[in-house]
Amino acid sequence: MDNVQIMTGNTAAAIAAKLCNIQVVAAYPITPQTSLTETLSQFIESGELKAEYVRVESEHSALTVCISASTVGARVFTSTSSHGLLYMHEQLHWAAGSRLPIVMCCVNRGVGAPWSIFNDQQDSVAQRDTGWIQIYCRDNQEILDSVIQAYRIAEEVYAPVMVCYDGFVLSHTMMPVSIPDQKAVNSFLPPYKPHTVLSVENPYNINPVIFPWLRENAEGIICDGYMEMRYKLQKALDCAREVIVATGKKYAKLTGRNYDEMLWRYKTDDAQIILTGMGSIAMEATAAVDQLRKDGVKAGVAGIRVFRPFPVNDVRKAFSKAQTIIVLEKDISYGYEGALCSDIKAALYGTGINVPVHNFIAGLGGRDVKVREIFEAVQQSLQEIAAGKESNKTIWLNCRK
Amino acid sequence: MKNRDKNISAMSTPAIAEGGKTGDWRDMRPVIDQKKCIPSIKGKAACYLCWLYCPEGVVKAAIPVKIDLDYCKGCGICAEECPAQAITMIKEVDDNG
Amino acid sequence: MHEIIWHGRGGQGVVVGAQILAEAAYLQGFKGVTSAPTFGPERRGAPLTASTRISDEPIRTFSQIEFADIAVVLDSSLLGVVDIQSSIKEGGIFIINTNLNPGQIKIKKGLKLACIDAAKIALKHRLVKEGAPIVNTPLLGAFARASNLISLTYLEQGLKWKLSPQVAAGNILALKEAYEQTIIIEN
Repeated sequence: MDNVQIMTGNTAAAIAAKLCNIQVVAAYPITPQTSLTETLSQFIESGELKAEYVRVESEHSALTVCISASTVGARVFTSTSSHGLLYMHEQLHWAAGSRLPIVMCCVNRGVGAPWSIFNDQQDSVAQRDTGWIQIYCRDNQEILDSVIQAYRIAEEVYAPVMVCYDGFVLSHTMMPVSIPDQKAVNSFLPPYKPHTVLSVENPYNINPVIFPWLRENAEGIICDGYMEMRYKLQKALDCAREVIVATGKKYAKLTGRNYDEMLWRYKTDDAQIILTGMGSIAMEATAAVDQLRKDGVKAGVAGIRVFRPFPVNDVRKAFSKAQTIIVLEKDISYGYEGALCSDIKAALYGTGINVPVHNFIAGLGGRDVKVREIFEAVQQSLQEIAAGKESNKTIWLNCRK
Repeated sequence: MKNRDKNISAMSTPAIAEGGKTGDWRDMRPVIDQKKCIPSIKGKAACYLCWLYCPEGVVKAAIPVKIDLDYCKGCGICAEECPAQAITMIKEVDDNG
Repeated sequence: MHEIIWHGRGGQGVVVGAQILAEAAYLQGFKGVTSAPTFGPERRGAPLTASTRISDEPIRTFSQIEFADIAVVLDSSLLGVVDIQSSIKEGGIFIINTNLNPGQIKIKKGLKLACIDAAKIALKHRLVKEGAPIVNTPLLGAFARASNLISLTYLEQGLKWKLSPQVAAGNILALKEAYEQTIIIEN
């Protein structure tokens, strides 16, 4: 039986982590993530979740505790937002380089200065190149489903996974979420098997200095140099594509909810104009598409679910018939354009798909992005493109210039 | 073809020679005068300050005391610490030789 | 899709009112419900809003409500502070906690006005927290009466979902009493 409850995104994430039988939580509170870790600490306090909650004095320590706990074989969870994530930056690299299957929720929030507690995705997008798999959620159901899938993906490819969702917009908005039962999750998620376990009986030095060259150890075995280690991490994330899709299909069998692609589609089959984006903004765009279609515009949405590894082939397929592409995003690579927009254009390079791309920078620092605004902006872009004006453009949506 | 390490993250096991032979880093070598060395004189386990202080763990606390010159880097700490002044550092290569 | 905005002050139960309404709507069979607080810091006493969206289909719109079908006002002192009426759609419903006669309240043409002395009902049923009457439950009763959207049965279940059994009992009485006492004027 479906157990549907009305809950916030943060509650959905906490319930998912509990269903995954996490053993160690180390987190530091930060808005808008706070109620997620509060909920987890309540689960632990009440005995519902048998895990160790390690209280730390900073996010840097939170992730360091997770790295240590994962190294000795525990399934771990942490979560943060914005400056907390940036404070973890060094340890993000360390977790990925150590190939530890840590799962973290990043409750997306803008980055200072100036201070903002409100939502955008600059925080996690800025951590794109740390070697973490990044999944973006469009609603609260997807938050719960993504956390559960994240453990399976992480523990199969030995890479950490960041499940990102929009602060307040999802973290504090209640909506119906279907909760799978514990038995079903147990059958979906086998126990964590570490690739190495640090123990007193079998001592070794983890992450010693690695030289630019290969090294022969005392037993005559050839050990990797730094580049070989990096190549292995890259290969792991490349292979993760297959694992992510296979995991999604397996999860679909369990729950009936479809995750068989690294992106999701809405009315794309006959779409000439394809809108894309990550997280709740792409969901909002589906409502704008309904309005555009009423106006006779054949529009659709291809929402990017997995940002790293980048779904190159899925993007090529989804955009193969597009005549115009609109990329909506809540981040900016200063001095260029939105990070997702660059990636999408790069994926299409050399495929023969050479269509106008308009990049909407929207919702920075929590500025509301309404269906009406997306609808109007798309209409305007289409007019400009039809008039033969700039086919490649970055537009700051609803921003006073 | 030698075996390749299958670990996906970098690691090393504690083992002699894990970092390669370090004896050739040395330009001064410790030489023990067994007539002054306390364990040798007393004929029993005693003193062993050289063993305690050696940062490389290459001194063997035995009778007589032995230093593994394959790995001794020649730092001279043992000579400095020896209460009996039984250890002398001498040049590896005689410049005049 | 029905879009409802709740206006009140921090600490009056605005957010919880919006949540209970969403829960009741889901129980009644609406597939799409959301409820959200004003995004940002929480400040006791400051004017704030919360929102509830109710739809037959799952909801895909998470942005703030621009124009509401129904506005619920927990604190009539806000009427002089916030321009609430201009954010209600033509033909919408304006539900107010007030001890004034509906005739004494000026409203825009085309709006339906519903008045309830929610504070009086809350005090009668001892719905009091830190000395102040908690008026969200009586307003849910007025909502049921004025909107005809959600039935009392499901609102009752919604209260039971959110509140402990002892607290729920008084709230259910207040809900029903408010439903009966709500005065509606079509303008």
